Amino acid sequence: MTAPASPPPAIDPAAIRSVIATDCGSTTTKAILIERTAAGEYRLTCRGEAPTTVEAPVEDVTRGVVNAVREIQELRGRQFLTDGSAAHPHGADGPAIIRPERDGVGTDLYISTSSAGGGLQMVVAGVVANMTAESATRAALGAGAIVMDALAVNDHRLPHEKIERIRALRPDMILMAGGTDGGTRKHVVAIAELLRAAQPRARLGGTFDLPVIFAGNTAVRADVEAILGGQVALQFVDNLRPTLELEHLAPARDAIHDVFMEHVMAQAPGYAKLMSWADAPIMPTPGAMGLIIKALADRDGVNVVGVDIGGATTDVFSVFDGVFNRTVSANLGMSYSVSNVLAEAGLPDIQRWVPFDLDAAELRDRIGNKMIRPTTIPETLEELKIEQAIAREALRLSFVQHKQFAVRLHGAQQARSIADAFAQGHSDSLVDMMTLDLLVGSGGVLSHAPRRAQSMLMMIDAFQVEGVTEIAVDSIFMMPHLGVLSTIHPAAATEVFEKDCLVRLGTCVAPVGAPHGGGPALTVELRHPDGSTTRETLAVGALKRVALAPDTYADAVLTPARGVDVGAGPGERVERRLRGGEVGLVFDARGRRPMGIPTERAARVAVSAEWSSALALYPS
Amino acid sequence: MGDAYTPGLTVTPRTTVRKARRLPLAGTVLRAVGDRVAATDVVARTELPGRVHLINLATALGALPDELAGKLAVQPGGALRKGEPLAVARTFFGLFEHVVRSPIDGTLESVSAVTGQAVLREPPVPVEVTAYVDGVVVELLAGEGVVVETEAALIQGIFGLAGEVQAPLVMVATAPDQPLDAGDLTAAHAGKIVVGGGRVTLAAMRRAIELGVAAVIGGGFAYQDVRELLGYDVGVAVTGTEKLGTTLVVTEGFGDIAMARGTFALLQQFDGQPASVCGATQIRAGVIRPEVVVPLTKAVAVADDVPPPGLSVGAPVRCIRAPHFGKLGTIAALPAPLHTMPSETKVRVVEVALADGETITVPRANVEVIER
Repeated sequence: MTAPASPPPAIDPAAIRSVIATDCGSTTTKAILIERTAAGEYRLTCRGEAPTTVEAPVEDVTRGVVNAVREIQELRGRQFLTDGSAAHPHGADGPAIIRPERDGVGTDLYISTSSAGGGLQMVVAGVVANMTAESATRAALGAGAIVMDALAVNDHRLPHEKIERIRALRPDMILMAGGTDGGTRKHVVAIAELLRAAQPRARLGGTFDLPVIFAGNTAVRADVEAILGGQVALQFVDNLRPTLELEHLAPARDAIHDVFMEHVMAQAPGYAKLMSWADAPIMPTPGAMGLIIKALADRDGVNVVGVDIGGATTDVFSVFDGVFNRTVSANLGMSYSVSNVLAEAGLPDIQRWVPFDLDAAELRDRIGNKMIRPTTIPETLEELKIEQAIAREALRLSFVQHKQFAVRLHGAQQARSIADAFAQGHSDSLVDMMTLDLLVGSGGVLSHAPRRAQSMLMMIDAFQVEGVTEIAVDSIFMMPHLGVLSTIHPAAATEVFEKDCLVRLGTCVAPVGAPHGGGPALTVELRHPDGSTTRETLAVGALKRVALAPDTYADAVLTPARGVDVGAGPGERVERRLRGGEVGLVFDARGRRPMGIPTERAARVAVSAEWSSALALYPS
Repeated sequence: MGDAYTPGLTVTPRTTVRKARRLPLAGTVLRAVGDRVAATDVVARTELPGRVHLINLATALGALPDELAGKLAVQPGGALRKGEPLAVARTFFGLFEHVVRSPIDGTLESVSAVTGQAVLREPPVPVEVTAYVDGVVVELLAGEGVVVETEAALIQGIFGLAGEVQAPLVMVATAPDQPLDAGDLTAAHAGKIVVGGGRVTLAAMRRAIELGVAAVIGGGFAYQDVRELLGYDVGVAVTGTEKLGTTLVVTEGFGDIAMARGTFALLQQFDGQPASVCGATQIRAGVIRPEVVVPLTKAVAVADDVPPPGLSVGAPVRCIRAPHFGKLGTIAALPAPLHTMPSETKVRVVEVALADGETITVPRANVEVIER
């Protein structure tokens, strides 16, 4: 195994007065400044951003970092950057971040995440597609990678097709699994032989050997070494599926992080310098975000879904009953991949969310122009509505993929009763929307929506939340930054997360099913924080907003009609405390599975405008 | 904001263009530093590994994988001839013979004693890289290729399709907003680089392919026509490998949009001159712009007033988002405070003075500097 990166100097959390954290995204580099106040608490005090600079003519990621930090410097009125002159201790090689903080100049800690240049791109391989190959996929995704392909002995492709595929892909690394410990040898060797025949090459750096991590049957290591040794940079870690019943992903995930730092990052433009600046290893952005989502679910003992919709990709994270899953939809995003959202969703599915009439050819041109000018932002209200319509579909499609992937372990023995055997519609998916407690959104289109209600309805529409679900957004896209910070200074990360990062939008109550015999879907009795009570009757198709301030609660009695479920079963009453937020409470009786949206154009535009009005989404 | 801005497209009458011409795999470099090369000259050559064929010999012969070594007619590393024996198994005291024959000419790479899999490889495929532009070799990339340098006019487009071509430029449009339609093209345009003004219609592109036009350059192209032309959506802007027969370079964007006047005027200067054109586009990760490179054979007039660099007052910019999409002007001011746009988005803005005297306020992210 490759030696780990040399450890950064020990950091004393108590001595940290200020932190600059950056995320080098595919489009934008986002910087935040966290400072310790006189009262001793850590708070976000400033943010800045600038285009990411991994492309010609600049081709140095640190330029984007410096530009983003310079914005903080200007806004905060404090110096954080050297002037780049030879006279300065940091040398003449352009401006650099000054550390540690002295006399109000510089910062004590600099950390960063990165998904620039397409992020971490991997190929995984295993013996059985829905067992070891699936576990390998989970390990790679959990480490923050984009999985370009998952190869398996039984993936229904002929050997030469797999070889052609491996040759065509140029991943950053390959994770190879296969076989339980002491299990199959022959099939693992067959996968190694395929890799050897394909002579895979790395994406970046024409001369260095492609890293291959073997996390399969430990008894076959000598065979794998004999076949692949000398041709690739091979390293061995513990088997990620030592038995069928056990998935042990941490060693493979750690190895991926090490290789990412040592090989992949070192090849990307400017990253050697960036790594020399950072006080902690640079993490792939989704890996850092996963850390914070999992920590949140564990701390509060709740089921959480998190989503980060970026320019190129959309990541979905879920924790149901303590089980963490992450998926990345590599070509669903709001800028570079926006045309792919159109291609995958189709024009009608995007148009259904646009609350006005728009010529199809013009809509296509606008989407195409966003793809080729990915850093532009919606200036007019019409452009904003179009982007938010596309975002709904990007989120929806990403979540569909996530639900298909976040499943129970295949191959493990399960005790099933007679009742289970006869149960209809049994699903392997761990995602149960009726038991989801909290939905958290992140990414420019959600975090920077001009009105918070826009973010809330985008998420309700895209995820089709059911029952009672709290909804929040990352205030300014800082969850990845805090994920890295949590590895060094958990207390500061938690403090900033609660006070400055997580913006509680409110709670959505969405009944599922159709009332038997017609009539209203739901009756809601609310006891407000001031002691007053109100009673609402929600007709089928209605969408209603009730103001309820952040950090306040209303006691609700939810009485669904017969055949309608709001969490306790069809027709069963639910009593819950509902949490308020910047938007408040949203009662959504538009139906689920699927939601009732008219297909006729004029009716669709009318109903869409009605929903926009109900939540005061846009200026009139 | 310091020097944070969106890098724009280069449109310049004279610049030093350096093109790295790399092989996909290490190979032989055929030219030396200082060599003058023509666009079509081969500068480096290599061989890509041949296609792989797998045969499970254990299954085919009915033998165990670890018994195969004694049954091979050709040893690993040896040459294969199509139809000739690869392995032979004899049964019943040699009375019966089971022969597996090679399906290809090539080499036997390996035979696995664990899986019984034989890896057969076809002969290598030769690959050559040309100079792409007329110029001089200024750098050797050891084992990979060369860097060719030339003084040239350079026009970067925003989106393109298909790969590299070299041919003379022919102006067809007489104004930057004149669309290019099928009727504008004739057999005389075969093998030429045709320059239109505004939108290139789908019919024009199809006609160009039919006539054997080398490349088409225009201001706009409808996004839905890309699908019509290719038969699939370009979901992520990574292009250049399309086998259209005619390369397309779009200078402004998707839709019915005129070519920037400066770009059109520059192309007019080079009517009839040989140029190198490439439609390859990659917006994400290691950006590649489609381009028109016209190596200079004579002095060209270059304006003395070099605009200030980056996003600064006086810099020429192009608006790249509705409602001002396609408008050109110069930066009049860079106000520091955040500005609330009609979408209620609060952003940093730039004031742009347009040619007609109007000044508009747009988000900084929605302009790109025209690089010279």
